Amino acid sequence: MIDPIPAFLGDFGEAIEFIFKERESVSGGVQIGGIPELAGFGLTHMEVSLAALLIAAVLAIPLALWLGHIGRGDFIATATSNVGRAVPSLALLAFFISFVGLGYTNVIAVLVLLAIPPLITNTYVGVRQVDRDTVDAARGMGMSGMEIVRKIELPLALPAIFDGLRTSAVNVVATATIAPLANVQTLGEPIITPQTYGFVGQLGAAIVVALITVAVDFIFARLQRAATPAGLKLAEPAPRRLFALPIKRRPEST
Amino acid sequence: MSLLPLAQLKIQKPGGSDSCAAANDFCPGWIVDNIDRYWTPLLEHVYLTVVPVAIGFAISLGLAILAHRRRWLTGPIITVTGIFFAIPSVAAFFLLQPITGLGYTTAMVALVSYTLLIIFRNITTGLRNVPAETVDAAIGQGLTHRQVLYRVELPLATPEIMAGLRIATATTVGLAALAVFAGAGGLGAEILVDKHFKSNVVVAGGLALLLAAVLDLLILGVQRAVTPWQRARG
Repeated sequence: MIDPIPAFLGDFGEAIEFIFKERESVSGGVQIGGIPELAGFGLTHMEVSLAALLIAAVLAIPLALWLGHIGRGDFIATATSNVGRAVPSLALLAFFISFVGLGYTNVIAVLVLLAIPPLITNTYVGVRQVDRDTVDAARGMGMSGMEIVRKIELPLALPAIFDGLRTSAVNVVATATIAPLANVQTLGEPIITPQTYGFVGQLGAAIVVALITVAVDFIFARLQRAATPAGLKLAEPAPRRLFALPIKRRPEST
Repeated sequence: MSLLPLAQLKIQKPGGSDSCAAANDFCPGWIVDNIDRYWTPLLEHVYLTVVPVAIGFAISLGLAILAHRRRWLTGPIITVTGIFFAIPSVAAFFLLQPITGLGYTTAMVALVSYTLLIIFRNITTGLRNVPAETVDAAIGQGLTHRQVLYRVELPLATPEIMAGLRIATATTVGLAALAVFAGAGGLGAEILVDKHFKSNVVVAGGLALLLAAVLDLLILGVQRAVTPWQRARG
């Protein structure tokens, strides 16, 4: 722990102190900040994020694998990613708050909806990028459709799938910050309730959230490398994020 | 630094005297009567989207041209812009406040930083996808490297560059909804004023979606206008 905090850090120094040491709230009466309180917020933050990512993965990845396998779903893959990007997370959360209600389940539902589009798009594109000759060779060797998905398409699409997981994980952890609007006390709690935590609390929470998200991004980048089949690693470095929209180099027939 | 953006928001419901609005329901009548109060937030939102994307495009284009000459720069640029991209916008809006204060500057700096990775990657990919024979042919015709870049490579990379702009724009519309935490208004501020009121949430959220769709079509239109050869080629 840093003690004493150097004065030139200003608000940042105070915010760091808020993270490590309890203090009286702005409105008085309650103790806020310090490791135990922030660890509690952090635990909730991780719980809702992990639950949402797992649910989204279970829903989206098999669906996109199947769509990619049968080769139908260009429209779904591009439409979900386009709409998913444009929907403001705040608007989606507010929509759930006003129409469905507050609480854990609704926050997780919002995060699941935000996590699904990158997973669908990346898994689908990953499967479609598998060399058709490879699939034909597998079929010629007598593999069934299920075997082709499991032994050929899934392993070769893994780098793309993990890329999608990485994007979704970062989105989910970032968006869980505004979950306190729906009465779920994540690390965003000090940010949403400045009347108790003050600017220093907001800044302290922002520092913690930023560090966690960058760490999540880094961990998933590592996982992506670990999940890449050895043969693909030899061929070329794993592709990073796909910022791809369907690009028509040929004119449309309109 | 004691300004608290959320504490300033007043819970108010103009015209909320009728029973539908009082019940926080979805009320077409209330929407028709109160639609003008969304005009200013919408304009703020347009400003919070178009300006950061334009600045982000200028910076990314500069970086991409630099990295096109010096390939080794590509990795470091992607790492740095990738870290900017991973920091949640809500956190960035607070991290910047001690330096840039509460308001537009903070929102702009954060929003610009999110567009960099997206646009830079797409410009770089576009430039790499230009066929080597085309560049060779241009050099064979006596064009200098600078001329090749501006007359051959950048025009041929336009579809990828425009795709990057479309993605950056849609993303920025969504992130600008959180600019309320930087004290910069926008449609997000309207949502937070009364997040329990269905009509309010639907109108403010719907306008953000509409804005994203309109801007997307505009960029698509610009793309068609600046790449006439794509339509000519049958």
